[in-house]
This record gives sequence, C-alpha cells and structure tokens, in this order.
Amino acid sequence: MNRIDQLFCEKDQRVLSVYFTAGYPRLNDTFLVLEGLQESGADLVEVGIPFSDPIADGPVIQESGSRALSQGMTLELLFSQLRDCRRSIRIPILLMGYLNPVLQYGMEPFLRRCVETGIDGVILPDLPLEEYEIQYRKLFQDQGIYLVFMITPETSPERIRAMDRATGGFLYLVSSSSTTGKEKDLGRQFSYFDRVARMGLSHPLVAGFGIRNQKDFREACKHIQGVVIGTAFIEALSGSEDPRQATADFISGILGPSTPAGSKSK
Amino acid sequence: MENEQPYQEISQAPRLDWQVNGRGYYGDFGGAFIPEMLHPNVEELRNRYRSILEDSGFQEEFAGLLRDYVGRPSPLYEARRLSEKYGARIFLKREDLNHTGAHKINNTVGQILLARRLGKTRIIAETGAGQHGVATATVCALMNMECVVYMGAVDMARQAPNVARMEMLGAKVVPVQSGSRTLKDATNEAIRDWINHPLDTHYIIGSVVGPHPYPDLVARFQSVISREIRNQLEERTGQPNPDWLVACVGGGSNAAGTFYHYLDIPSVKLVGVEAAGKGIHSGASAASTVLGRPGIIHGSRTLLMQTPDGQITEPYSISAGLDYPGIGPLHAALFQSGRATYLQATDAEALEAAFELTRLEGIIPALEPAHALAKLKSLSFHPDEVVVVCLSGRGDKDLETYIRNLPEKLKTESKSPGKP
Ligand SMILES: Cc1ncc(COP(=O)(O)O)c(C=O)c1O
Repeated sequence: MNRIDQLFCEKDQRVLSVYFTAGYPRLNDTFLVLEGLQESGADLVEVGIPFSDPIADGPVIQESGSRALSQGMTLELLFSQLRDCRRSIRIPILLMGYLNPVLQYGMEPFLRRCVETGIDGVILPDLPLEEYEIQYRKLFQDQGIYLVFMITPETSPERIRAMDRATGGFLYLVSSSSTTGKEKDLGRQFSYFDRVARMGLSHPLVAGFGIRNQKDFREACKHIQGVVIGTAFIEALSGSEDPRQATADFISGILGPSTPAGSKSK
Repeated sequence: MENEQPYQEISQAPRLDWQVNGRGYYGDFGGAFIPEMLHPNVEELRNRYRSILEDSGFQEEFAGLLRDYVGRPSPLYEARRLSEKYGARIFLKREDLNHTGAHKINNTVGQILLARRLGKTRIIAETGAGQHGVATATVCALMNMECVVYMGAVDMARQAPNVARMEMLGAKVVPVQSGSRTLKDATNEAIRDWINHPLDTHYIIGSVVGPHPYPDLVARFQSVISREIRNQLEERTGQPNPDWLVACVGGGSNAAGTFYHYLDIPSVKLVGVEAAGKGIHSGASAASTVLGRPGIIHGSRTLLMQTPDGQITEPYSISAGLDYPGIGPLHAALFQSGRATYLQATDAEALEAAFELTRLEGIIPALEPAHALAKLKSLSFHPDEVVVVCLSGRGDKDLETYIRNLPEKLKTESKSPGKP
C-alpha cells in the first residue's frame, strides 16, 4: 500500500504536511530537515525541486530555490541525498517541482528513481490534468507513483470530480488563486473547503498556500483532513543557524506542546 | 479566414499543418502547461477567442483602429540602395512607421478589444525592449483601463526612454529583480500577477509565446503584416508572392506575422534571424534554435535554452527585444520541419547593419530588425528575386546604444558602402 494511503487510513484529521526546498538553507541540509520534520511530528513532507522559473511561487520560495540552485542543487543530487532515507524515514515523501527539470531527466527514469528512493508521490503544478492523462498517466501507474492534483476555488465541480479520479493519495486544495506565500483571509476559504468536502469525493483533502500558524492549522482542519505549510516554514529556516532546531521549534509551534501529533481531538 | 481584414483580400488560409490543433499544438510544440490557478483564465480565453475574433463587430473595430490609430497599412518601401548593395529587389515592410514605433501595437490593439469583450478591467503585460509595454500602455490609455507592466530591472536601465513613455501614458512599471532581470523574468512576474488576479485581469502577452491560445491569438493579430505584403507586392510587382521573407525572432511575433499568409506557399523562402549575442557558442547569446532543446517555458513546449538539469539559461543579446531563451512554438515547428530557416546575427553584425541602413536609406532601425538586415549578406539572391524584410521597429529607443557603439571605423565604412 502506498504510504500516503496508509497515512490517511490511520489518521484522517489534522494531517500536517510540510514543504521545504531541497538544498536549502545549505546544500546538504535536505536530509537533516527531512529527519527533523519526522521527529517533530510532521505527517507528510513535500520536498521542493528547485527551478529557475517557478511561476506559481511567491518571493520566499523563489528565493529559497535560487539559493539552492546557486549552491549547486540538481535533481540528480536530490536523489543521492535521499538515497538511504528509507532506513530511518517512515512518513510519506512527495517531490514537488516544475515539469521542465523532470522532463529533461526523463519522465520514466525520474519515476523509476522515485521508486528506488522510496518516494510516494509527485506534485507538478504545471502539468495539467489533460496532458497527464494523454501522456503520462500510464507511466505513473506502472511505477505506482502518485501524482497529486491541485484544485482552486474556481475549479468547476465536474473538473474537481475528474481530478478526484486522476489524483493519487489526496487532493490538494489551493486555498486561494494565488502564488505561494500570499497572506489571505483564511476564513473566507472555509466555505470553499466545505463545498468541496460535501462533494463526497474519494480522496482526502489537504489545503495549502497561505497557512502559516497553529491557529490557521487548527481552524482549517475543522473543515478538511489536513494542511500543507510551506512559506512560513522556509522563513523559519532562512533566519536560522541550526536547521534541525528551527524545524523542531517551528513544528511544535504549529502542533502545540499540548496537542501531540496524531491526536484525534478536534 | 477568421479575422477578416479591411483590405482587398485574396482568400487563401494557411494549410492546416501550420494552425494549432485543438490542444494548442503545432506538431510537437505548444500546448498549455499551466498551473490549475490559471486554468479558468486560459480556458475562458481558449473557448472564446475564435468566436470573438470572427465577430464582424470586432473585426470592424479592429480594422478601424489599425487604419486610423495605428496608421495601417504600413508602407512597403523598395529600398533601392540596399537592393543595389545586395543584388536583389529588397522591400522593407515599414512596421517602424506604426504608432508607437513597432509591430507590437497590432497585437495590443487586438488584445485590448478582446479584453473588453471578456469583461476585464485591468491589464498586465511584460516587456523587454519596452516596445510591447509602450504599445500596451498606449491602448490602455485609449480604452481607459488600468495598466501594470512588468519589466526586468536590467531592461529598465537600458531602455529608459520607454519606461518614461509608459509612465507618461499612465501605466505602472514594476521593476523585476528576479533571475537575470530581463524579459523571461518579467514574463514570470506577469504570470504570477495573473495567478493572483484571476477575475478582473487580462494578460496581454507580447509575442507568439505562452500557453495556448496565446501563440495563435498573437499570430492572428500580427498576420495583418503578411496580408498587407501580399496586396502591396501584387500591386508593385504584379505578383503577391516574394521569393524571400526575412524577419528577426525574439519570441517570434513579427516573424509570425510576416510569414503567416505564406506558410503554405513553398516557393516563398522563410528566414528567421535570432540574436547570437557575442557569438552563438560564447555563452552570451539568445540563439534558441541552435542551443535549445525541447522544454517548457511560460506554459508552452518549445525549443528552449537550458542546462542539462532543465534550468532555463539566461540569454543575452544587445537587443532587449531578442533577449529571450526560447521561441514561439510555431517557430519551433517551422524549424523542425525545415519549412523556415533560422540564422543568427551577433551584436556586432546587428550594429553594423543598423549603421548601414541608416546611411544607405536614411532609416534608423531598432536593434531587433537590424539582426534581420544583418543576414542579407549571408543569403544568396538572384538579381531579380524579391525580398521582403520586416522592419519591425524604429531605432529611437536604441539611440544611446548606437551612439555608444559608433566607432570611427564604422563611420568610414558606412560612408563607402560599395562592396565587391
Ligand atoms: C522592434 C522589435 N522587433 C522585434 C521584437 C521581438 O519580438 P518578436 O520576436 O515577438 O517580434 C521586439 C520586441 O521587443 C521589438 O521591439
């Protein structure tokens, strides 16, 4: 069973997913941060593959990506940094990035490396549903790697259903039509979360883009199964000398000392 | 023919091969690789652009503005001294005489009318040389629409007069500090703006690039160039078809417009000229057909300059308008099929050609079409062949660069242009 499915079988609320950029803050911090996230209670991680032209990202994630690239980060290096990760990492790992670096690597070799490395899913914001179905669905299915689709408040119900059929593991609700790191009034997103939640879809819902703190996390999780935090975490890493400590502090700030990970209380 | 034209028409649509298919592809190139956040905008455009362009009210308004506001048809000028020098009948399609000084306005007039029909109230654009930004700011002033133009900080410095013009026209010019701070980065920033303002905003993209339907949309608006060339050549030479068409290629919109009605006529040789910068393999060029491999930039699969790891390479050209690491998907398909030939001109060759045209014909071209002129020396013409070069813009914006690069040697050379 894919680790993502496993996770949502065991825990269907307050799932915390954290995004960070590979090769950041320092080139070889990738594994350190990943381990720190697992230890401090993140349920799922999304490891960002840096790209020169990240059109869906705001300044904070852009900056982390260009720093990683200038330090020499590549997709090949990422696979080698993660090579032995499954000796200690049990939580699901997704790779998140833009299509071009993946295509240059080759979709099939990329997916095979994902399998070898123990990656469970991939998020490629600029690979639309139609192109996926025509060109890549079979490759993903053959390798057993999930592609997670994103929906927005403007995505039509029919399209949401089509994505629910195509997605693997969960559906990623982009909390507003915005690039990463935009602070939006989260409260206004809840009716959208509820609307999607009421559709009776077959996949759990995880919301991202704009969630920054414990309050956001708890409020959002009253409506959907989990959230992704990215920009706020990158900001915490960027100002720190000790990425492991910064990770622990940040995650305990989100989960709260009195709310251990895995708690079912609402 | 979709967007019917104001002028006498010889109705012959390009063969289907050179039209996008339903998914926005020219052969292997094109498509719409966009994040879901842009899906509603792009889909609305895709669903509606053809019917809007085919609407007779739209066509009338577009044709009227092109005629009375832009000043079309632009002249087709037979450049006698240039012809003498290169041994062919060389005509210049004078897009430099358009309002705002370049071909870019053909597209912005079309797109602003489209934006109004889509009910949009806010316009964004990217710009490199500033010509597209000025053309966008101009139509926004005309239509009383809010206008935000993204421009790389490097380009703002080298094209300062155009920044002042945009601001005078009421546009907000936003300096882009990411990446190489040129056209590619300005385009990224415009796309981000669109993601953040999905409902009220239309993105007027400046070339035949971006996700489907933009490459097709922009090519259709620029196709007025080849439609006029056909009529003008017929009148002047008794034959609508030239032997050669030569145009510079940044993203490729003036070239697409120049080629459009001839794509289907194999006897017409099509030549696109890219910027070789300091030399094709110098590490400082924008020669996408030579250095590029298939990849995805700004939502389109095309030939793209990139590292082995798939990071997009920073291009370089003395001309801000050609400083783009890819080409429009139509050009990638024309290149791959061999239907069009792509040549490369260096900074030095472009400068030399600009000085030459100035002294031979009394026309100061923009640096971009100077690249097209620079390759006349590399093509072998028969004396009675007809060559049309798209003079896509005028040189006012580049005067500072020209003055800085006016060495004694060139001054004397260009006084005695005769070459064996
Ligand atoms: C005068 C002129 N010609 C050509 C170009 C290049 O654009 P395209 O290749 O889309 O025609 C520009 C772009 O700014 C321009 O200003």
